[in-house]
Amino acid sequence: MRYISNTPAQQREMLATIGAGSIEDLLARIPAKARLSRPLNVPAAMAETDLVRLLRGMSARNANADDFVCFLGAGSYDHTVPSPINHLISRGEFFTAYTPYQPEASQGTLRSIFEYQTMMAELCGMDVANASLYDGASSLAEAVLMAHAVTERNAIVLSKGVNPLYRQVVETYCEGPGLRLKSAALGDGSTDLDAVRKSVTGQTAAVVIQYPNFFGCLEDVKAAAEIAHAAGALLIVVADPVNLGLLTPPGALGADLVVGEGQGLGVPMTFGGPNLGVFAVKQELVRRMPGRLVGATVDLDGQRGFVLTLQTREQHIRREKATSNICTNVALCALMATIHVAIMGKVGLRKVGELSTAKAHYAAEAFARIPGVKLKFSAPFFKEFALELPKSPERVVKRLTKDKILAGVPLKAFDRSYKDCLLVAVTEKRTREEIDAYAAALAAAVA
Amino acid sequence: MANVPADLRYTKEHEWAKLEGDKARVGITAFAQEQLGDVVFVELPKAGSKVTAMKTFGVVESVKAVSDLFAPLSGEVVEVNAELPKKPEVVNTDPYGKGWMIVIKLDGTKEWEGLMSAADYETLVAAAGH
Repeated sequence: MRYISNTPAQQREMLATIGAGSIEDLLARIPAKARLSRPLNVPAAMAETDLVRLLRGMSARNANADDFVCFLGAGSYDHTVPSPINHLISRGEFFTAYTPYQPEASQGTLRSIFEYQTMMAELCGMDVANASLYDGASSLAEAVLMAHAVTERNAIVLSKGVNPLYRQVVETYCEGPGLRLKSAALGDGSTDLDAVRKSVTGQTAAVVIQYPNFFGCLEDVKAAAEIAHAAGALLIVVADPVNLGLLTPPGALGADLVVGEGQGLGVPMTFGGPNLGVFAVKQELVRRMPGRLVGATVDLDGQRGFVLTLQTREQHIRREKATSNICTNVALCALMATIHVAIMGKVGLRKVGELSTAKAHYAAEAFARIPGVKLKFSAPFFKEFALELPKSPERVVKRLTKDKILAGVPLKAFDRSYKDCLLVAVTEKRTREEIDAYAAALAAAVA
Repeated sequence: MANVPADLRYTKEHEWAKLEGDKARVGITAFAQEQLGDVVFVELPKAGSKVTAMKTFGVVESVKAVSDLFAPLSGEVVEVNAELPKKPEVVNTDPYGKGWMIVIKLDGTKEWEGLMSAADYETLVAAAGH
């Protein structure tokens, strides 16, 4: 089917109206040397059956988390996606990627977003969560800009325990407004708080830590909050909401903003996106918050209803003075997360955290028994840990794909000083047999 | 008849200023609050910050609109109405009294003379209102 469907007769009519002889005439002003003189190099049209066969064949060349045992993490995790999620999001009433443009006409959508916001706020220990942003990285960058707007200060202290990809996005966002970024180094796996203390000044808008951090290690959020607050700065905590079923919510430890990647809450990894940007703040910061926000209210008859609220923050009203130029959300992924949390419940989500941690520790112990293999850090970790290998992690990863094991993420690409390291994530989905098979394959690969 | 106290001076953006020694108290006029409708939020600068004549110093938000607040005079903000965040509705009920927004310690006396008199402002409002 053509995207612009008009008939040759309609085309002739349109051309006659504007006085052009042919479509070719419309292009006559483009210099000949700038135009493609041969047909596009694409294969001829195929029958649907043939096309599906071709694409299936191409997609089979990918390693995927259904056919491989996945120990990849570093921001995207192979957590359980219960089957009702796909059934429910496929319903016509829900199946949209967008915040509705006539929001109040879509009460069901607004209601689901409201529930999502409530769940995220509770998990993060914050007062308010927005309707979601694109992903963890853009959520963090928006949080940094927000801290700058709230405090009217220009410096950000960013822990090296924050996902390096997120740090790059933050760096890009900070270039325009000219914010100064200072990195706080890691100690033995978790952020060196003395380094944070030394970096914080009267010009610091925010201190940023990740909990657990990129390397899986836990952070002393409370101590970081004290350091930030003593200098009049805000504390931004990057957290994976999946883990917050078990861990103390960052809000209870002094965080002012909690952001993170919500992919683990029922959103498939899908080779890196679309993801779910979680963004939650304390009540007093809500007017500076980016993104859409659904509120509950009552109509003229006193019946409960839902509206988009505090829209004066947004650019369709505030123009260049808006809190952010993001004025949409990832509605479908937020819906997946809402259904996921509803299915799991308080007990289920806690269980996911407990199982992931227990299995990660079982794996770490098993791997560290292999001669030459050791844990890179001694700080307490959650569901992810860095291994130091006696052989090139890239080669080990390649070797283990032969056993259909995705062994982890080599860290060299992020930081050359970790060139011997492999980041391994273990979720509740992994079985003892899978972990033991990994250990055996790893032992063979490094022997 | 519009409510335009004779002892105040005005801007064309509908702020009023009241001279108090070397300082000036600032708010928005009765006409402005009528046009805005119910005020639900007022965002003000911190004490100690600098404001410049006819540059924005804050934001007033009503159920209908969001508007910038323009400083009638240049100087340093020495007082901010701490009640407004909690009770923004006093901007509607008492725009020249409890609805005041900031007190500016003036850089000089020159700008005061440039502000509109009550009579001039009434003419402006009469024109805008019809």
